[in-house]
Formats: sequence, C-alpha cells, structure tokens
Amino acid sequence: MTHAIELRDLHKYFGRNEVLKGIDMTVDPGQVVCVIGPSGSGKSTLLRCVNLLETPTRGQVFVEGVEVTHPDVDIDAVRRRIGMVFQQFNLFPHMTALQNVMIAQQRVLKRGKKEAEVVARDNLDKVGVGAKCDALPGQLSGGQQQRVAIARALAMNPSLMLFDEPTSALDPELVGDVLTVMRKLAEEGMTMLVVTHEMGFARQVADRVVFMDGGVIVEDGVPAQVIGDPQQERTRAFLHRVLHPEE
Amino acid sequence: MADQPKTAEPGRTGLSPRKKQQVSRGIQYVVLAAALVAVVLYADWASLAQNFAKIDVARAALPELFTIALRNTIIYTIGGFVFAFVVGLLLALMRLSQVRPYRWIAILYIEIFRGLPALLIFLLIVFLPLALPGFEVPFGTYGQGILGLGLVGAAYQAEIFRAGLQAVPKGQTEAARSLGMSATRAQVTVVIPQAIRMVIPPTTNQFVALLKDSSLVLFLGVSGEYVELAKFGNDLASQYANATPIMVAGVTYLIVTIPLGYLASRLEGRKGRKR
Repeated sequence: MTHAIELRDLHKYFGRNEVLKGIDMTVDPGQVVCVIGPSGSGKSTLLRCVNLLETPTRGQVFVEGVEVTHPDVDIDAVRRRIGMVFQQFNLFPHMTALQNVMIAQQRVLKRGKKEAEVVARDNLDKVGVGAKCDALPGQLSGGQQQRVAIARALAMNPSLMLFDEPTSALDPELVGDVLTVMRKLAEEGMTMLVVTHEMGFARQVADRVVFMDGGVIVEDGVPAQVIGDPQQERTRAFLHRVLHPEE
Repeated sequence: MADQPKTAEPGRTGLSPRKKQQVSRGIQYVVLAAALVAVVLYADWASLAQNFAKIDVARAALPELFTIALRNTIIYTIGGFVFAFVVGLLLALMRLSQVRPYRWIAILYIEIFRGLPALLIFLLIVFLPLALPGFEVPFGTYGQGILGLGLVGAAYQAEIFRAGLQAVPKGQTEAARSLGMSATRAQVTVVIPQAIRMVIPPTTNQFVALLKDSSLVLFLGVSGEYVELAKFGNDLASQYANATPIMVAGVTYLIVTIPLGYLASRLEGRKGRKR
C-alpha cells in the first residue's frame, strides 16, 4: 500500500541551527496522526516540509507515492491535493468568507463561478458557518475564521489535510467548535496530520501520536501508549508539564 | 504620601504652577496683539489690495482660469499619476524581486529620481529631442509634462508600494501557495490587492504632491491652450503688471489640495479603526 505521507531521513537547518535531525515517519491513507511536543521541537517545521512551505535541507518527502522533494516535481500541483490549516487562520482579509472559499477553486482548479459557489456554500455549511458567507474575516470570531479556513482547504478536494496548531490562537471557549469539525472530518476518513497541544483530541481522535523533542521523534504509537503509558522519560516529563501545569 | 501633588505650598512666596501658566499665556496673547496692531498700522492696505487682490484683474482670469488652466493642471496631474502608479508598482515589484539585477535597477532608478530636483528633470526633458535626434515625446506638450511628473512620481510611488507590499503578512502568501496558487498568482490575487488598499492614504498625499509639481510644466516653455495654473497666473500677472492672477491661481490650487488632504487623513483614520 502507498503511504499518504512518507518522510525519509528528513533534515532541516535554519542557518546553522538544525531543527529536524533525521525524521523517518509515515502516515497511511485515512489515518489521523497527531504530533505533540514542546515548542521549538520542530513539529511545525516537519508539517511545513510536507507541502514544501519549508524546503528540507536533506532527505525525501513522498506524498501518495510521489517524491515532492524531487526537483522536477510541479509543487503547485502537489499542494492542490494537500489542504493546510494555519495557527493564525490566514484568511484573505479583503474577501468575504464565501470569496475566500471560492477564489482558489476558480483560479487554480478553473471551476466556473456557479460551481465554485455551490462547493463553497456546501463546505461552509459543513463547518457550521454557512450563515456567515458574506462576512469579512475581520467580522468573524477566531473560531469562525478557523472554520472558514478549513472550508477553504476542503473546497479543493484535498486527499490529505495538514493542521498547524489550529486551536492555539483561539479563545478557550471557541476551541471546541473547531475540534468538533476536525473530529467530523476524521470520522469521514480524511487523512490528517495534526500538530496540536490538545491532548484530549489526540487521545480520542488520533490513530497514532508522535512525540517530538529536539528535532527527533522520541516516541510513536497509539494514543493509549504514547499518552497513556509513555515509555520514554522525555515524553513523561512533557506530558506531566502539559497535564499538570501548576505543579 | 510625600509624593502627593501639592495644590498649594504654604510658606513659599513663589507663584503656583497654575498661576505661572496663566501669566505665561497672558504674555503670549499680548505679543500676538502687538504684532497684529503693528501689521494693521504699518501695512499699506490700499497698495496691497491694488497689487494682490484687484477685482477687475481677477475677473479677467475668467473663464480661462477653469476652462484651460485648471483643466490642464488636472490633465498633467492625472496623466503623471497614472504613469507613476503603473511604473511605481513595477519598480516596487522589481525592488522586492528574487532576481538581483532587477533589484539593482529599481534601487538605481529610485535613488536617482528621488535625489534630483524635479525641476532638473523638466529642464532635461526639453533637451530630449537634442540628445536623441528624431525622438519626440508622444502627445506633444501634454506628453512632456506627463513624462516629467511620471518619472519623478514613479520613484516616490515605488517606495510607497514597497512599504505596502512588505506590510502584507507572510502568512497570506503561504495560504495562497498552499492552495496551489503559483507565486505570481498569489501576488496578483492576494498580496497586491491588500497592498493597494494599505497605500491609499499615502498615495492620495502623493497625488497632491504631483498636483503641486505640475506647476513645473512652466519650465517646458508651454503656451496657449497648454498652460496650467501657475503658468497661466504668471503670464496674466506679467500682462497686467499685477500679482492678482498668481493669487487667484493659488486659491484655485487650494480649492483642490485642501479637500484632498482632508480625504487622505480621513482614509488614514478609517484604516486605523479597522485594525
């Protein structure tokens, strides 16, 4: 079976600082994999290497069997199949919610205006912001903005989705709405790679949890093991800090 | 408790800070009144009115003041502005290009045309046909004026656009690219529209600057139906040996520039609120 994502000996330097120190990892179709770890551990960089928002210094990235790090590959075509959701939403502020979801369909997939609008409304309904089609991003709450951003990615019919700390910039009471949408996506069988601090989500929704620290994968396994019964001291220390912050 | 402000300082004879402020303000009013009285007494009002505000001379400026002079000022300004806007955007994109020679060309252009007096550019344009035999600026005098204003304006507009383009967060490009847009597509669809919105207030100010600089068309040696406000006022002033037409031209500039200035600051205010 072809992996949805495969990383082989991935290294990334920022200047002389080695952020990823040889990552080997796979995500299978339909799997939900959560990447957890302290800040600066390289988890966001790893995610951004998958759709080449960061260019790996060394190593290979395969998406559905195609090596995207190969110099001849059409990176725009690869990115079309990979949905990406950012911590800061990154909606286009000069367009309404509906236009945000339509624009790439029209300009990249060359869908007609009518078709793009139907797809956009469907997806906005699906994430629960169908009533906000004509609002500008600035008029929406963080949770609504992030759900529009998810709809924007879904409208491209991606075969897998990347989430880069999608709830970290949200007020606590708005986190639930976004997680609910993500859970629904997971149940529908979407392949998802999620960088997150939401341990409850990771435990309940993820098929696998990957714990990263210092640019390497420390532990990789089912949630019950990595979160419930961590084998490595570093994982235990991290989880303790996250789950019992006051101590 | 020792640091509490004191409303009065018992045992000190000096004036309280509030009293001092009152005295200071009183002195300022006295100085102003004295200056006013001096001006009123010593100015030769009759002569001033005769030379700077003579009604029948002002009347002689009509209707050409508006039908020719103001119209031409607006033609030169809008023409130069459109030129500056397009070339300025191009220069700004070159200035931020990944290709180093493009950056060099843009920097060179911007530094030269911001560093030279606009007047010098206009003087050089007059000599263009001599320097390039057979070359003629299209659209004659209008073309020359628009070229001069456009060349200078483009350098300033380029810096305005550069600031705007750099102010668009990097995440915007990342979001566009991750949706499969090419680098060019992302610029055109996502970055440039936002940059243009951000630069509307400084661009309005730049338009006012160009409007004032259009008076330099005077040095192109224009005449007849091509004159703009400054040249028009100057010619009429020479004809009547009276400064009134220059004052009339000045008022006409203000009628346009002051509302535009207000518009620019209002647009700026609106932008501030949206943040």
